[in-house]
Amino acid sequence: MSLLGKAIPVEALLAPGLDVAQKKALADVALNTAKSLGATYADARIGRYLNQFVFTRENKVQNIVNTESFGVGIRVIANGTWGFSSTVDVTQAGIKKATEIAVSIAKANSKIQKEPVILAPAKSYGEVTWKTPIVKNAMEVSVNEKADLLLRANAAAMENGANYVNSALFQVNEQKYFASTDGNYIDQDVHRIWPTLTATVIDPKEGKFKSREGLSSPMGLGYEYMDADPNELIVGPGGVKMWKKRYDIVADAIDAAKQAKEMLTAKSVEPGKYDVVLDPNHLGLTIHESVGHPLELDRVLGYEANYAGTSFATLDKWKSGNFNYGSKIVNLFADKTQVGSLGAVGYDDEGVKCKEWDLVKEGILVNYQAIRDQAHMIDQKESHGCCYSQSWNDVQFQRMPNVSLRPGTQKLSPTDMVKDVEKGIYIAGRGSYSIDQQRYNFQFGGTVFYEIKNGEVVGMLNDVAYQSNTQEFWNSCVAICDESDYRMFGSFFDGKGQPSQISAVSHGSSTTRFNGVNVINTGRNI
Amino acid sequence: MAIYSKEEAKQLLNKALSYSKAETCEVNISGDNSGNIRYARNSVSTAGYQNNQNMVITSSFGKKVGTATLDEFTDDAIARAVKTSEDLAKLAPENPEFMEPLGPQTYAESNQYFEATAKINPDFRAKVAASSIEPARAKDVTAAGFLNDSDNFSAMANSKGLFAYNRSTNLDFTVTMRSNDETGSGWVTRDVNDVSKFDAAEASQIAIDKALQSRNAKAIEPGKYTVILEPAASIELIQNMFGAFNARTADEGRSFMAKEGGGTKLGEKIVDERVNIYSDPQNALVPGGTWNQGGLPVKKMDWLRGGVVKNLFYTRYWAEKKGVEPVPFPSNGIMDGGDASLEDLIKDTQKGILVTRLWYIRTVDPQTLLYTGLTRDGTFFIENGKIKHPIKNFRFNESPIIMLNNLEALGQQVRVNGNLIPYMKVRDFTFTSLSDAV
Repeated sequence: MSLLGKAIPVEALLAPGLDVAQKKALADVALNTAKSLGATYADARIGRYLNQFVFTRENKVQNIVNTESFGVGIRVIANGTWGFSSTVDVTQAGIKKATEIAVSIAKANSKIQKEPVILAPAKSYGEVTWKTPIVKNAMEVSVNEKADLLLRANAAAMENGANYVNSALFQVNEQKYFASTDGNYIDQDVHRIWPTLTATVIDPKEGKFKSREGLSSPMGLGYEYMDADPNELIVGPGGVKMWKKRYDIVADAIDAAKQAKEMLTAKSVEPGKYDVVLDPNHLGLTIHESVGHPLELDRVLGYEANYAGTSFATLDKWKSGNFNYGSKIVNLFADKTQVGSLGAVGYDDEGVKCKEWDLVKEGILVNYQAIRDQAHMIDQKESHGCCYSQSWNDVQFQRMPNVSLRPGTQKLSPTDMVKDVEKGIYIAGRGSYSIDQQRYNFQFGGTVFYEIKNGEVVGMLNDVAYQSNTQEFWNSCVAICDESDYRMFGSFFDGKGQPSQISAVSHGSSTTRFNGVNVINTGRNI
Repeated sequence: MAIYSKEEAKQLLNKALSYSKAETCEVNISGDNSGNIRYARNSVSTAGYQNNQNMVITSSFGKKVGTATLDEFTDDAIARAVKTSEDLAKLAPENPEFMEPLGPQTYAESNQYFEATAKINPDFRAKVAASSIEPARAKDVTAAGFLNDSDNFSAMANSKGLFAYNRSTNLDFTVTMRSNDETGSGWVTRDVNDVSKFDAAEASQIAIDKALQSRNAKAIEPGKYTVILEPAASIELIQNMFGAFNARTADEGRSFMAKEGGGTKLGEKIVDERVNIYSDPQNALVPGGTWNQGGLPVKKMDWLRGGVVKNLFYTRYWAEKKGVEPVPFPSNGIMDGGDASLEDLIKDTQKGILVTRLWYIRTVDPQTLLYTGLTRDGTFFIENGKIKHPIKNFRFNESPIIMLNNLEALGQQVRVNGNLIPYMKVRDFTFTSLSDAV
């Protein structure tokens, strides 16, 4: 079965799953079986994961995919060791068998266990529910309406010079039921949405092509995100249009086509040091890679050493209380609570109520992201509530919450920010991104680049990427726009763990300036 | 029952087809049993076991297509799902690119299944972890590793009489060893279909040795260097290059394979004439599947021969539009090598860099197939035919096209991620900055 589940008819997206009483009775089978086999802790996650994806190109609907994934995952601690098993057989017998396998795995592995699991205490909330505060359930909107909107965007791009255009709409609904031996029975209904767009312009004579990706952001919202609203529009330097919590895909498609065409003849960047002005829809990915990942405690402690890597932000730096992660105006915080964010839930996947906490305060590293079996390793008493699994089928572990940069306190718009820049580049949208396994050295591209000379945007640039070191980069942060510019960037398919799992996470920020950043030219002749 | 035999699968598929009232019907089924163990900090961390099974039914009326799936294989459930797929097809918009199912095909037998791998149990996985952790601890090194094993089957049949079946087993293993002074790191990867060909202790020792040898690396200036790339380093650049072997994007003028003035680079020499890359699912060292999801036979096929592009992938739709035979995506890749061992290649190098692996590779420019990424877990400076000392990691910005044009020598082949790739020596590989990461 694929990661995203099995295909189902569209009506099934609206059918109710098991009711809460049925789920509680089934989950109790797992908890009771685990306890009877000697487990000291157990949790069961009964999940129904619904997805709908609509894919189009030019004037064609290529595919409409409806998937459902339903099953149960059981995690236990026996002899101080984790064990996990999952099954599609969501019956009393199936759950009992899966629980027995989970306990047997824990016992087999306990023979080589050197660090018995210690869980931070968790509150018991009893039977509770939580739902993403959406206005319009995307699963209730007809497929025709969605396809029509995407095709209108495609047509707008073609009319404005695109030779090819692809667009898609991803919609996710996680119906998650969590029960644990700590006395939690938590039912949650989580919604996410992501429209994507790529306009491509070709020059067959020269054998060249350029593509401009859409400037939407994946959000923890319903279909209301697709309802264009001029009040949610921000026009940045170079006339680049950006959206907050409502997106205008048709307007973006028109700009995508025009800008892709402009890229074919835009000036190739002169490498060197520049002051870079980064839009939130670009800076979000830089935050993700250079702050979000290095402050995952499992990376810091070495649990991810074989895959994603470890971290430069080691415990000694944190303990010193004076590690300058960034300049004094840099305040980075974590949460799973921001309305409209991808990470927002009421409770994490081990039943801990979600909250907000500081990671970097006035430039100083002050905390990490930790879950129940890690909190004691940094002498803390409680989990931060950032445990997640992509599915009932996979074991939950520490995942990045939303990690965001607090806006500046003084009134400052993106246009005002550019006025002070003598030699700079304004960058919007995500592009190529790569960072080392300890999160020191990174290289980022973007979607669109504009040259700034003496406080003015003077034209589009090509072949831009900036290379820096995380600590140097954040210490070169000199100005952050105010709250009125605050927007969320999102990563819909962030990967981590073995077997690899995806998760969705947002990063809020306002337009931000970094001085003296090394820009390289990525153009090649082959 | 997550795994079905060929006969059981055929019976199940025929039953599903017997319920069909559509113009065409195609049914795919698959299932797997898989187990894993993960360890870090010289101790086990998480481990799990999963089983899955799934049936996908696609019905069509003209160009109208509907799909329904289920994971419960009872007669009633299958009959309901067939009916649902037909109801959906009647309501669906026409898909102009829909191709009717293929008729019966002839497939070679796949050699991917080994019973011993299918029988791996939690105790075996715990022993694998122990055979990394114990020697690591003895050498003041910390092990973090992952083992995943699976027993899989897939089968398909359609209303035109096609039937296909495949069973495979896989084992994938990686381990990272880090010296406890945090200055050295080594890594190794292994993948097999037959567990009897897997030796966790041997693999772990290689990673331990690299961790110890890479301690206290020195910084050297970024720039263009001759490199010896281990197969685990070059494979990702080569695999990324294959993304451009798509005929449709080349014909549409939006890939590296699009030619200046129109057309594609099919038949053109794009890399050094010593580069031969082909696929062969019957190769005993890297067996692959012999049919793809739509039922097309996957056969031995040249992609680059003498540095010339010999084939591009064509979907059935695009092949029909272009009047050519469809060419499915391959199930493995084999690059011809030479007789030289890694030691021989090092011995013949005056000044160069040995790269264990490349990490976090991302496209920078699809026009030139320029990629960026970093070296990781064992990067060494070579001088006068010998490894002189470990060096700090580099970021690279390089295109596999330039890399394969700058070929100096090819060495012995190694299996990596189900492919056979040789050690290779390449001149003027572009490193653009230093990384402090260990």
